[in-house]
Amino acid sequence: MTTQPAYTRSSAAVAGIAAPVCKGGVRIMDVVKRYGTQDAGVLAVDHCTFDVPAGEITVVVGPSGCGKTTLLNAIAGFHSLTSGSIYLDNEMLCGPGRLKAEPGPDRIVVFQNGALFPWKTNIENVAFGPIMQGYMTRRDAFEKARDMMADAGLRGIENNYPGEISSGVRRRVEIVRALMTDPKILLLDEPYRALDSLTKSVMHEALLETFYKNRVTIFFITHDLEEAIFLGHRVVIMTTRPCKPKKILDIDIPHPRDYNVLTTKRFREFMDETAAAVHEEATKAFAAGEKER
Amino acid sequence: MSQTELSHSRGITAARGNTDGHVSILALTFHRAALWLQSPRPYLMFIGFSLFLGFWYLAVEVWKLPRFAEMPGLTTVVSEWLSKNPTYGLSIFMEEYYLHIWVSTRRIAIAFFLATAIGVPLGLFLGWSKRFKQYVFPVFELLRPVPPLAWVPLAIVMFAGSETPVIFLTFLASFYATALNTMLGVESIDVSYIRAASCLGAKRWQVFRHIIVPGALPFIFTGLQISVGVAWFSLVAGEMVSGQYGLGYVINTSYTMVRYPTIIIGMVTLGIVGYVTSAAIRMLGDYMMQWRTRELALGEER
Repeated sequence: MTTQPAYTRSSAAVAGIAAPVCKGGVRIMDVVKRYGTQDAGVLAVDHCTFDVPAGEITVVVGPSGCGKTTLLNAIAGFHSLTSGSIYLDNEMLCGPGRLKAEPGPDRIVVFQNGALFPWKTNIENVAFGPIMQGYMTRRDAFEKARDMMADAGLRGIENNYPGEISSGVRRRVEIVRALMTDPKILLLDEPYRALDSLTKSVMHEALLETFYKNRVTIFFITHDLEEAIFLGHRVVIMTTRPCKPKKILDIDIPHPRDYNVLTTKRFREFMDETAAAVHEEATKAFAAGEKER
Repeated sequence: MSQTELSHSRGITAARGNTDGHVSILALTFHRAALWLQSPRPYLMFIGFSLFLGFWYLAVEVWKLPRFAEMPGLTTVVSEWLSKNPTYGLSIFMEEYYLHIWVSTRRIAIAFFLATAIGVPLGLFLGWSKRFKQYVFPVFELLRPVPPLAWVPLAIVMFAGSETPVIFLTFLASFYATALNTMLGVESIDVSYIRAASCLGAKRWQVFRHIIVPGALPFIFTGLQISVGVAWFSLVAGEMVSGQYGLGYVINTSYTMVRYPTIIIGMVTLGIVGYVTSAAIRMLGDYMMQWRTRELALGEER
């Protein structure tokens, strides 16, 4: 890999690739989410404000069960807010007057346990979005799906069912399915949680490669600090429940990154800088007896 | 990979048909039969049958145990069943034997078809719409524990002739099993699938068609297996009460006319026909849920 100029926010493009107009910036403003009633409920998200810059990877790190997923569900439109607002590219998704966003193909979620439909073959899964939305014929959608899978190195498994391929490959197929509909933002909810660490590192590089190709905005949730710093342009460390940003870091390690980054001094510095903060929250979460969610 | 594993996965690959990736059901069946013969299972099964039949033979005809002595012996039943000129009028060479089988099977087929045609959609809507469930489910749950036999008088009053009451009774238990399992099937679907589909732009009815129906299919087929089993239960009960043909009728009249070997012939025949209907549904399920068949096949392999 040739040396890259230091990454700066203004030059979001990877050297040699012209910067496309990036979409998918999300602004989270003063979001509160309470489950149950004012008195007896659980406060999951507490006046949370931060930005997810367009065309970048933003990683949210926090202890399990801290309310990160609640935030993601609000952006995706699965849950309503209690108060506050969320904007996507300056358009309000949810906020006063409309507390629940409408789920839509501009924000695609990749789920913790994977949600490829087991009764559809891999290619049927990938082609699902455009066919449902009706802007592509079945034939065209299959053609595009085949191309995109080939691009992602997923040739030869088109007609297999998800149950027949490894969980790592399943995640990659799911990300291709998400990209098929050309979303503004991908919402990844601990997608690699169940994978072993070796598979995980392969998945990280594959995700970065996909990102460099597509420049889609990524909102990534994890409880793994190393994963967060390795992938993210920006890392948002959350407090334990109720969740709000404790620390926001811009990771200035240049992109494109590969696994060599893990051994650099700068990477270690970020780890050292954040480990204490994350550990502190994890201890609090443990003391509070938070259950795994 | 060991040798057997290797041959197994090759078998699965071979069983996968043409380019569209669908398993040819015939190839899969052959593959399974071959595997079955290589395993100890058929031989253990043979031993199991031998022990059972041997005990019957010894208990009745050799040891003449108390209470067993009255029962028809194995040799009596088999020779009656295979006789060209049966003492009590029913054997595999008599046309009447097949007429009874045909009548019972026809009743099962009609009742099972109706139970599926009504039970599956009802179950899907019960699982899909909370509001619909709130209306219908309490009534359903109150009627379900009523045994089909308790419906006999009402069935005879409600339906004309001798055929429709029997079919109605057969239908009842089947219908409950199918509807309930279908509903549970819909409720068992991981919410992530529904969310993923709506993310990808599927409308409500598209979610129903592409997620709810296929997602509930494994439970639906479990329901159908149970359904066909209980259909035979209630069919025999119904045939004992009314009707002039059918295997339940054979058993009942043979009892009143003291034709004991014929009772056993009727019972064995019920066992065989019941097993065949069950197996047919299992095969249909395997065919319709290839994704699951393959997953399970891989599970065996691992």
